[in-house]
Amino acid sequence: MTTLTLSKALNAGLRKALENDPKVLIMGEDVGKLGGVFRVTDGLQKDFGEARVIDTPLAESGIVGTAIGLALRGYRPVCEIQFDGFVYPAANQIISQLAKMRYRSRGQLSLPVTIRIPCGGGIGAVEHHSESPEAIFAHTAGLRVVACGDAADAFAMIQQSISSDDPVIFFEPKRRYWDKGEVDTANGVAAALPLDRAKVALEGTDVTLLTYGPLVRTCLESALAARGDGRSIEVVDLRSLSPLDMDAICASVRKTGRCVVAHEAPVYAGLGAEIAARVTEQCFYQLEAPVLRVGGFATPYPPSRLEDYYLPDLDRILDAVDRTFGY
Amino acid sequence: MTVESGAATTAALTLNQPAPDMPDQAGEFVQLLTPEGERIDHPDYPLDLSAADIRGMYRDLVLVRAIDTTAISLQRQGELGIWASLLGQEAAQIGSGRALGPQDMVFPTYREHGVAWCRGIDPVKLLALYRGVSHGGWDPKEHKFHLYTIVIGSQTLHATGYAMGIQRDGAVGGDEAEAVIAYFGDGATSQGDVNEAFVWASVFNAPIVFFCQNNQWAISEPLEKQSRIPLYQRARGFGFPGLRVDGNDVLACYAVTQKALQAAREGQGPTFIEAFTYRMGAHTTTDDPTRYRLASELEVWKHKDPIERVRAYLARTGQAEPEFFAGVDAEAKQVGARVREACRTMPDPPPLAIFDHVYAEPTSILQTEREQFAAYLDSFEQEGAR
Repeated sequence: MTTLTLSKALNAGLRKALENDPKVLIMGEDVGKLGGVFRVTDGLQKDFGEARVIDTPLAESGIVGTAIGLALRGYRPVCEIQFDGFVYPAANQIISQLAKMRYRSRGQLSLPVTIRIPCGGGIGAVEHHSESPEAIFAHTAGLRVVACGDAADAFAMIQQSISSDDPVIFFEPKRRYWDKGEVDTANGVAAALPLDRAKVALEGTDVTLLTYGPLVRTCLESALAARGDGRSIEVVDLRSLSPLDMDAICASVRKTGRCVVAHEAPVYAGLGAEIAARVTEQCFYQLEAPVLRVGGFATPYPPSRLEDYYLPDLDRILDAVDRTFGY
Repeated sequence: MTVESGAATTAALTLNQPAPDMPDQAGEFVQLLTPEGERIDHPDYPLDLSAADIRGMYRDLVLVRAIDTTAISLQRQGELGIWASLLGQEAAQIGSGRALGPQDMVFPTYREHGVAWCRGIDPVKLLALYRGVSHGGWDPKEHKFHLYTIVIGSQTLHATGYAMGIQRDGAVGGDEAEAVIAYFGDGATSQGDVNEAFVWASVFNAPIVFFCQNNQWAISEPLEKQSRIPLYQRARGFGFPGLRVDGNDVLACYAVTQKALQAAREGQGPTFIEAFTYRMGAHTTTDDPTRYRLASELEVWKHKDPIERVRAYLARTGQAEPEFFAGVDAEAKQVGARVREACRTMPDPPPLAIFDHVYAEPTSILQTEREQFAAYLDSFEQEGAR
């Protein structure tokens, strides 16, 4: 086991992927000499060359569109979109091309493309640098959408995503890049949890708290704080946002009888809505209270001096937990 | 008239002024066969085609027009949902299509029926798409002809990425060299993706030919709504050569495409070819060109027909006998009949095919939806309602 920050764990995972498969490529803005604006690709161009770690022109549609062409040629490109809010220029290529090519070709074409997107707020950034657009991609059939919440998952999940024959939208919680965790870099990812499975991050008995990405840590902290009030919260890290691991979700909810979903993205028409609907349908007789959601407001992301109000924090999450006990 | 509406009228007049210094969009182009069927030599484009080759191209031109005409009829009869006709653009497609080597990769729009023909794709598979039976039922790897791309210009980036893959495979230069050709139209040149493809291809020196069929109309919008300069001149700003060819001259389209593909294979990077042609029909069968263009324009282009000039050339130079032309006409009838019959008898896919090939392996959520829908369908069968 090695102690690594989440960004270093991603770097180690990308390095493994480049070593293990000569068809793996990394492409994006500033991913070469600079190592990416968050240094996730630090040192990779030096070791694997400019043909495999490609500094691209500054155009997101071009990055994804050419990655599709490279994948059609047999490569496994890993695209970096520099910030969440910059993915929209590539939306046509992701939603209309990348997601649909297998279906369009009746299974004759695979596009094993991974698109890494640093996501979420909390770093005091200007507009377009703090968004959580995962629901858009989860709504798009043909894409797998995942979010890592800790260093160990970052290391394994990035490799699993690159190995996947489906296109994967890979969300990285940017404010957690510097969080440290224990990572087993010596062993491969064969023993790791499959990419489409959720994990119980903390066991509990009274209420299930479903979350992913940057809020995994916040929810774990909330659960620890709630212990002081004698309340046992089970935290489930969804990891896979499309498809959802409904077996794991329902197993936890049936045990606790209560469910809260927490994400940074706006609650309105967010992932929480899909989860709440499915949990209600599948766990109706075990539920003691309606599924509650806590997340961003139905507004654009605010200026950063207000983001601490916008982002669900420990208190807002525990407030939602408290409310589920009011029924 | 109120003050407000007067102001609006003035603004509209100002906005509708033509752009200043609009150059002649017709201008010069590479031509090897005039509309009258006269062969012209061009110093940069010597032709290596035999009489049999040219007869073969004539046959291609006639057969793809027959397929196109058949498809339009089938749409009118309700057998196809829609059809995008290539009428008038046969030479641009057959000329460039026959210039391709078997190793070269094609990224088409949704109108490249002539290029598809050159790549050995059964036209019935093209009709299947427009009938609503598939999104494109051919094997792109087998034919080295990608699926039709419907969002305008998106495929130019795929083509460029594929060409970057050729570079990484070391398949530039040498006997095994490969190239890519990306097709698009005049309207597509306004798309961001096409411009990004030009940037990528240029800075990475990718082995690609950008083949633009300028058919003068993007549905109802004439070329001057897309560009103030001739399209081929845009290439210069991106850092690679651009040229214009008579898009109704199959020999010239063949020659310029062959040369550009060879340059790409040899590592000289991209070329932009503007095939100057005309969309003789509607944009698709849902369109009504009488609302936006004059019949007189069509009359001018009828005299530049891509097939008649080849026929005149072959006949006058004695490279084809009347029996040859009669044979091709008979074959066109047969092909039309076969396509018509195959289209009319084409079965719909089974309903559960909706769920196939979304992912490499179906997800549990998809599996559940499929099972529930199958059970729902079965419930009708059990009730005898189907």
